[in-house]
Amino acid sequence: MTDGPISRRALLAGAAGALGAQALERAGLPVPQDPTKVPGTPVSPLGQRSPFERPRRVPVGTGQGISLTPLQNLSGIVTPADLHFERHHAGVPAIDPQRYKLLIHGMVERPTMFDLEALKRFPSVSRLCFLECSGNGFPSYRDIRPDLTPQLVDGLTSTSEWTGVLLSTLFRDVGVKPGARWFLAEGEDAAVMARSIPLEKASDDAMIAYGQNGEALRPEQGYPARLLVPGWEGNANVKWIRRIEIADRPFMTREETSKYSDPLPDCTARLFSFAMDAKSVITFPAYPVTLPDKGWWEIEGLAWSGRGRVRRVDVSTDAGRHWAPAELQQPVLPKCHTRFRYLWTWDGGDTTLLSRAADETGYVQPTLDELRQARGRGTTYHFNHIRAWTVRRDGTVVFGLEG
Amino acid sequence: MSLRTLAAILALALVGSTCGRAEKGEVRVAAPTRYGFGRPATAAEVRAWDIDVMPDGTGLPPGSGAASQGAAIYARKCAACHGKTGTEGPFDRLVGREPRERFPFGRDPRLVKTIGNYWPYATTLYDYINRAMPLDAPGSLKPNEVYSLVAFLLSRNEIIADTAVMNAATLPRVVMPAHDRFVTDTRRGGPEIR
Repeated sequence: MTDGPISRRALLAGAAGALGAQALERAGLPVPQDPTKVPGTPVSPLGQRSPFERPRRVPVGTGQGISLTPLQNLSGIVTPADLHFERHHAGVPAIDPQRYKLLIHGMVERPTMFDLEALKRFPSVSRLCFLECSGNGFPSYRDIRPDLTPQLVDGLTSTSEWTGVLLSTLFRDVGVKPGARWFLAEGEDAAVMARSIPLEKASDDAMIAYGQNGEALRPEQGYPARLLVPGWEGNANVKWIRRIEIADRPFMTREETSKYSDPLPDCTARLFSFAMDAKSVITFPAYPVTLPDKGWWEIEGLAWSGRGRVRRVDVSTDAGRHWAPAELQQPVLPKCHTRFRYLWTWDGGDTTLLSRAADETGYVQPTLDELRQARGRGTTYHFNHIRAWTVRRDGTVVFGLEG
Repeated sequence: MSLRTLAAILALALVGSTCGRAEKGEVRVAAPTRYGFGRPATAAEVRAWDIDVMPDGTGLPPGSGAASQGAAIYARKCAACHGKTGTEGPFDRLVGREPRERFPFGRDPRLVKTIGNYWPYATTLYDYINRAMPLDAPGSLKPNEVYSLVAFLLSRNEIIADTAVMNAATLPRVVMPAHDRFVTDTRRGGPEIR
């Protein structure tokens, strides 16, 4: 079995989730017939995954690429930090935490420079929330193919527990001047990536995060510190943040005008569509899984909304003719992945599985047709329509509607 | 009552009202308005990092450039990624005015966005080239070089004359063809699909 993360075989192996003992022995990792008859390995300073487990992101492109989270391999709602999706515009910068600084200036009483120690000295908050690239789901809207995995369809979303200091705390310290309405968040990467954010988000729930799932941020996630704007498109969560400039209007950077804007069928383009609308995706059963037998199967998936809590997820096992509520696994947190389950007896026939999320604002995940009606076929971000998986009578599962 | 006593009573009342559920005997400390961590940023530090350019020209440095100078820099530093005339790629296509009339990007997935048909602000060109280009040497261009490249790309897109000089005064006055097409998101949740 090959180890190459981009090869098709490896992708399929990753989708299946695990390696067999024979493969490990070939790789020089002996597996005893009876583990009760030989002493195990001693304690160690750093834990590793079981060598049987080989979850992998799928990287696409080079320096400016993406790397997708293997949604089909995950359980619960937290994404292991090394499987959190990646998206950056000029590679991952190497930043010395001793030399790291965050500048806050512009319409403030006291332009201030914070080092990492100073940021960590402020009262901290932790919260679980998802981060999703606004281009997530592109193939399900613009390039539908049967051989798409949950990872390739929607792997640009991940959930972590983030720890940091609320932006409202920092902004109170520097003293925001009257008339301020926006701030620019700018990274220390080679793209010096910059986005304008409305000031209300700072008084709501924005934070400068330095912790991720109990440890420091991963370099790909913005080490040593990033902006976190819960529920808003990934690009606005500026990584490696080094500068915040407060102003009375937006800056109109390239990333918020020529990119990350939404052309609409009425011949306009929408700016600053930050919130990620409610969405769900079934992660099992899904391509390339083959169901070996009819009978009881638990359909599983993830749902989330950038506007608050997921209120409900409905599942259809007959291509949308009937819908029934899925069970929502606790905890159900605002702006966070929520796992849903639905117990299904497959009768062995051809059918299509769908999931539909609704959030606490009353928004219901639209169908592909409804979203295309509203946004047009040419739109390039925010693809939150209902996903379909077709189960064929031979047990194979493919992406999309068939027939 | 002394001022100090009054302040103490007020502080107690404040703690009492904000910490209503405190157990008897528990001490709660009210958060200060300011912690005062961090240190004042110097003017030089702000200047060194404050590179953004706004649509009204705020942030544009002294300097100038025209398309003829930009063409030479483009051929040397940009063409490998964006093509000889800005249309060939392999990376982002920069030049192209079609479709000129409507703005059918939402309707037609085949359309390619360029500076000429999609970018709403000319100042964004300066800001972006200066901060992020060229990919293998970001932040290496001098203001005159950036102005020259901006002039070259605007003239290639038939937005300014070949001879026009771009500087801090002229660039903010350039009106991009797509300027009026952009609207700000007003959605706030609820059942509507927009």
